[in-house]
Amino acid sequence: MSETVSPPAKKPGLALWLPLLLFGGFLALVVYGLVRPDNREVASTFIGKPIPAFSLPPASADRPGLSNAQFVGGKPRLLNIFASWCGPCAIESSQLAQLAKAGAEIDGVAIRDRKDDLARFLAANGNPFARIGQDDLSKVQIGIGSSGVPETFVVDAHGVIRHQHIGAIMPEDVPVILQKLKEAEQ
Amino acid sequence: MIAELGLAVLWMAAALAVLQLVAGALALRPQGAAMRGVVRPVAVMQGVLVALAFAALITLFITTDLSVKLVAENSHSAKPLIFKIAGTWGNHEGSMLLWVTIMSLAGAFVALVEKRLAENTLLATLAAQAFVSLGFYAFLLLSSNPFARLPQPAPEGAGLNPLLQDIGLAFHPPTLYVGYVGLSIAFSFAVGALITRDVGPAFARAMRPWVLGAWIFLTVGITAGSYWAYYTLGWGGWWFWDPVENASLMPWLAATALLHSVSVLAARNALRAWTVMLGVIAFSMSMVGTFLVRSGILTSVHAFAVDPARGSFILALLAIYIGGALLLFALRAGTVTEGARFAFVSREAALVFNNVMLCGILGIVLVGTLYPLLTEAFGVKVSVGPPYFNPVSAIFAFPMLVVMAVGPLLRWKDDRGGRVAPILAVPALVALAAGGAALAAGVRLLPTLGLALGAGLAVASLLPLRGRNLRRTPLPIWGMVVSHLGLAVAAMGMASESAFSIETLAALSPGETRQVGPYALTLDRIDPVAGPNWTALQATVSARYAGGEADTLTPQARVFANPPGTRTESALKTRWNGQLYVVLGEEAQDGRWQMRFWWKPFVPLIWLGGLLVGLGGFLALIGRVARDVKRLVAIDKIAFRRERQGR
Amino acid sequence: MSAIKAKHQRLVLLVIALAALIGAGLLAAWALSKQASYFYVPSDLVAHPPEQGRAVRLGGMVQRGSIKTMPDGVTITFVVGDGKATVPVRYAGITPDLFVEGSGVVAEGRMEGTTFVADNLLAKHDEKYVPREMKDMTQAQAKAVVAETK
Repeated sequence: MSETVSPPAKKPGLALWLPLLLFGGFLALVVYGLVRPDNREVASTFIGKPIPAFSLPPASADRPGLSNAQFVGGKPRLLNIFASWCGPCAIESSQLAQLAKAGAEIDGVAIRDRKDDLARFLAANGNPFARIGQDDLSKVQIGIGSSGVPETFVVDAHGVIRHQHIGAIMPEDVPVILQKLKEAEQ
Repeated sequence: MIAELGLAVLWMAAALAVLQLVAGALALRPQGAAMRGVVRPVAVMQGVLVALAFAALITLFITTDLSVKLVAENSHSAKPLIFKIAGTWGNHEGSMLLWVTIMSLAGAFVALVEKRLAENTLLATLAAQAFVSLGFYAFLLLSSNPFARLPQPAPEGAGLNPLLQDIGLAFHPPTLYVGYVGLSIAFSFAVGALITRDVGPAFARAMRPWVLGAWIFLTVGITAGSYWAYYTLGWGGWWFWDPVENASLMPWLAATALLHSVSVLAARNALRAWTVMLGVIAFSMSMVGTFLVRSGILTSVHAFAVDPARGSFILALLAIYIGGALLLFALRAGTVTEGARFAFVSREAALVFNNVMLCGILGIVLVGTLYPLLTEAFGVKVSVGPPYFNPVSAIFAFPMLVVMAVGPLLRWKDDRGGRVAPILAVPALVALAAGGAALAAGVRLLPTLGLALGAGLAVASLLPLRGRNLRRTPLPIWGMVVSHLGLAVAAMGMASESAFSIETLAALSPGETRQVGPYALTLDRIDPVAGPNWTALQATVSARYAGGEADTLTPQARVFANPPGTRTESALKTRWNGQLYVVLGEEAQDGRWQMRFWWKPFVPLIWLGGLLVGLGGFLALIGRVARDVKRLVAIDKIAFRRERQGR
Repeated sequence: MSAIKAKHQRLVLLVIALAALIGAGLLAAWALSKQASYFYVPSDLVAHPPEQGRAVRLGGMVQRGSIKTMPDGVTITFVVGDGKATVPVRYAGITPDLFVEGSGVVAEGRMEGTTFVADNLLAKHDEKYVPREMKDMTQAQAKAVVAETK
């Protein structure tokens, strides 16, 4: 073993690029993972589709229950998926009140809630809802393609979902939602 | 006021990081000598400011300032104080601030105490550290501001979820975080050394305590996380190869390899390029793990807030830092001069072998974790679980255990196999006996090998102490012995759990008895019980070990009201030779109750071993730091004397 | 020994490391092709059944009225469907909290004859855990709900 003049200095040079190469492969894979459409739980595939048929019993003593038929006819409405046990739902309550004041009609679906908890929640945070349906099995939630609470849907006068807002409605979202309601009138 | 102050201080710290980067880069040029004195104080100042920002956030959480969005969403005035404090980092923004805080404090500490390293390498290191921090400052300030206010204060905070008020959940994540981020220092040292091409023993000695410290936190964090999953999930398993678990295991594997190669570099000035590469990879794995968990790209049993936009941001940081460091490595590592040579049979060679094995396991885990994503690109959905991870990682782990037994007994540089063979006769016999006994008892192949190698290694790990005066044995040697023993103990626990666990699923009426391994278990009764925010059904089970006195176990099925949820509370009974694990299921028909029982012989050895591994690291760290402090004091004395003589 | 002490130790080390890592990669690829468990919906499972005994995952809706408990009190049988096909499932164990008729489920297990024998059931656990496959499932499921109630 006495090769004194040989060119191995070049070979390791190439191998040193290997980690970078592997990392490049990793990057390509995860970039694909990030842009892959189904990773965005965001856009519900239900936009542009009619809301599923459902009929929910009233969740609160002073408001009627909710069914899909009530969305047909009249003007576009907001459908708010919420629960008294959900923190962000309390945060968006003043924005909901603001929307109601601006003329939006809001229906609520209370997810896996209890009547007395809900009454306490509405007393504390206000009740902007025209109707509140009680959804103990998350049936409507799943049916409408919502992945969590709170979520708010703009439903037009034909009962077709036009827009989905995921998470709490913050003050800056209010004009956006009003705009979507207006668009849904056409 | 405190929130604005915190934000202002954070911006100032970010500005100082820019200064640290620019000054560090300029100081490396011959004409930039004026900048040399600036870098260290700036790094220290930056650390102090970030610590202030973090203290501000903690204060906001303690006082429950509900005008701050983060507090309103994650805390509640009725929370116990300890959970208010833990709430600071129990959310995305707060945990990123914790990340930056640890990173900058570590940088500040290096700037304060590091005196061995060539000044240029240190400047390059601090510049690199500032560069890495900057990305996370940007992330924090541009997309995850923890100090953002609400337009009007919330009436009450939202975060009173009792499920999350768990002392384990409160302190487990930050423990892992310290480990992840501690590795950033190793990363910066590696980048600094690549920039100045100055890779040698001084570099290794400067880097070693950081690697060791981070590694201890990772070890303890992973061990605690495993136990937490074991007793809270109620599934009887202690490791699920879940993406979140893998995300913490990968940096640990890389850090373990780095720890050993750094020792070779410090002692023998060999493995230069390799050590630098591991330094880059270890922190890269921390970032990759964090990215995989946070971006929601892989789903996992553990809950995490998921946000694709934030995922893209972290990914961009990954591309810049890991890509940049690996590019620098590709360009520069060829010019780092080759280190000292060694023979096939030598301690270095054993360490190299195990380094490669660790990297092999790392690769196996990474590939297995990403594989579902890869196949999905081709439209096929798969999941990868224990049937893949267990045997495939064992292929690398078992040879590693063998070499771990031999390596510490070998001499540096060159040795003969014949010299150590007689010393190893005892552990080899122990391994053979354990393996033979297991085979005779009908244990499957993998657990048999695990038991045999674990037992052999447990004996062999003590051999480096033979012929030494135990009182005079340096702490780092003790550390190695304890860590290796801990791994052997953990391996035996894992093998025993897999070989001897007895699982019984039964529907019992009250009064009925079922035999599970050595235990006779009687379901005495089922009662409703209530806690502060839950109601539960509680089973009272009498457990008699081999006909002895009855112990009472009370597993529960809890139902939480607000937010609604259910949770099984398993009941455990630990003996010296194993653990009984009882879970209550649902009511079956005719008044019977579903119960699940496990008898798991020697299962606590897994976590005991993990803690021993961490303890070993701690002993080694104390030993190293004590020696460094002595050296520093000596250097100061010499400098003082010189100064006096100069006068 | 002298061979290694010769000039090109770095090269030798590099070759060994590369060989080990490539070996690890090949091993991983081979093992993954054997061990990864594939995801099926009932209609796929009926149309292209996997080999008997091979670990797979089955996702679908638990059909109404199909959950039955065996006399031992711990084994249950139920039927999983996706609107097009159905598969009978057997499972011995404690069911997850949100496992109810009409809900979605992912079962891990294998085919034995025409029955799917599950080792593990993953149901949608409140907001905490949705198996990746379930994200698609909720859409298929939603379609089924729409069809059912029309």
